[in-house]
Amino acid sequence: MNIPIYLDNNATTPMDPRVLEAMLPYFNEKFGNAASRNHPFGWVAEEGVDYAREQVAKLIGASEKEIIFTSGATESDNLAIKGVFEMYKEKGNHIITAVTEHKAILDACKHVEKLGGKVTYLAVKEDGLVDLAVLEAAMTPETILVSIMYGNNEIGVIQPVKEIAAIAHKYGALFMTDATQAVGKIPVDVIADGIDLLAMSAHKMYGPKGVGALYVRRKGPRVKVTAQMDGGGHERGMRSGTLNVPGIVGLGKACEIAGLEMESEAIRLSALRDKLESALTVLEESYVNGNVEHRLPHVANISFKYVEGEGLMMAMKDLAVSSGSACTSASLEPSYVLKSLGLSDDLAHSSIRFGLGRFTTEEEVDYAVEVTKTAVTNLRNMSPLWEMFKEGIDLDSIEWAEH
Amino acid sequence: MAYSDKVIDHYTNPRNVGTLDKSSHKVGTGLVGAPECGDVMRLQIQVDENNIITDAKFKTFGCGSAIASSSLATEWLKGKSVDDAMKIDNMDIVEELALPPVKIHCSVLAEDAIKAAINDFRVKNGMEPIVLEKSHH
Repeated sequence: MNIPIYLDNNATTPMDPRVLEAMLPYFNEKFGNAASRNHPFGWVAEEGVDYAREQVAKLIGASEKEIIFTSGATESDNLAIKGVFEMYKEKGNHIITAVTEHKAILDACKHVEKLGGKVTYLAVKEDGLVDLAVLEAAMTPETILVSIMYGNNEIGVIQPVKEIAAIAHKYGALFMTDATQAVGKIPVDVIADGIDLLAMSAHKMYGPKGVGALYVRRKGPRVKVTAQMDGGGHERGMRSGTLNVPGIVGLGKACEIAGLEMESEAIRLSALRDKLESALTVLEESYVNGNVEHRLPHVANISFKYVEGEGLMMAMKDLAVSSGSACTSASLEPSYVLKSLGLSDDLAHSSIRFGLGRFTTEEEVDYAVEVTKTAVTNLRNMSPLWEMFKEGIDLDSIEWAEH
Repeated sequence: MAYSDKVIDHYTNPRNVGTLDKSSHKVGTGLVGAPECGDVMRLQIQVDENNIITDAKFKTFGCGSAIASSSLATEWLKGKSVDDAMKIDNMDIVEELALPPVKIHCSVLAEDAIKAAINDFRVKNGMEPIVLEKSHH
């Protein structure tokens, strides 16, 4: 067992050695530009890209013509939101999303607002799921797009995408999903789920950083997005720029492996996750955040009341995890995702996200449990809030001097 | 975020964690910060008849720098007169622990906790609380 233990697989994943192996020839011997149509160097590179396109399409039930390669999920999100807004502005200017979305979606929506668009940011229920009735009530004849993520990056909850897509379509809007955390982890099928646009990234699924894809539906309806970068008209005119051939080949391979191993891997990871969670919720005043039935197999987000997340991470320095604590960001605001579940600031500050992955072992999970338990216990012994709680003092009754 | 060795030392081996009898007239207690902000410090001093701080204890809910700041404060307080304790400035803590700008508020909180504890002690013993300037947050 190597220390520190990596349990931050929602931030990024290590590359699978099989992916690296598939990519390597495309750095040197197969270095051609996939857009060079007039010599074998180009053909070989294009062949690699075409094969990868099929691998990606297959994983999400799409056709290879519907895959647009990008630099990652942030670009895919931007292209989808801004590209749909521009392309469909004759039809309407209203976009619906949710407050728990990734910043790439939220900030792209804010950009659209500056261009005169209207955006509704749906609140979510306490378990992190979108309320379908609230969504339906927000639909207007002007609504062109509903963008709701598949699985959440902080708490792992899986949205009812099929139902959301149905509501969007009922009102003539497109349905986009940021599926960065879901693709390769759970079955995602653009046809069965009714998805019109889907963003994904390679590095969250054991592929390389700097490459991703946007699925754009071609049939029923034929969806188009306005390109956000001008250039050579690559990717059916939707995304110019010389293709990142090694990256794309890596993404393809990552998708192939995920497709083959996802089912058994999800079983293994959810068992490990449940083991971790049940061992840690034995601690008094610890709470699992988000819906526990509809969620990704590899994420556990737990709040340990009366200890502060960053202090806790420091005590758990042998574990690479992530916290909703304000102190981990420059903004000094605790996680907006946790706060939107109705968590009080102090509980949001006290949260830790454990993100298991393909290379996580049971031994590592057992070790993580011990380290976390010790850290929480030690910090609580040092916490004035814990002492007050133990004395039966209601912390809400105290007038805190906010600083 | 990289912590200085001194922060890590205080965090790993915090000095003077604990609780003094807050009902004693010899003990002054300062409780500052707010759970919503992610920092709460409780600092206590015990003062003898010569106005010397004979003991200091803390408990802190917060990040490593907040814990280290309060741990350091208790170390500095022990053996000091109350008047000298009043002079402890947050920037001394920043310097000693090499706190980065984003963690300066932890040192401010520690200074506030010291002053709040001293004032609690003064009020308990029939003295006027010292009017504090709004510290530089």
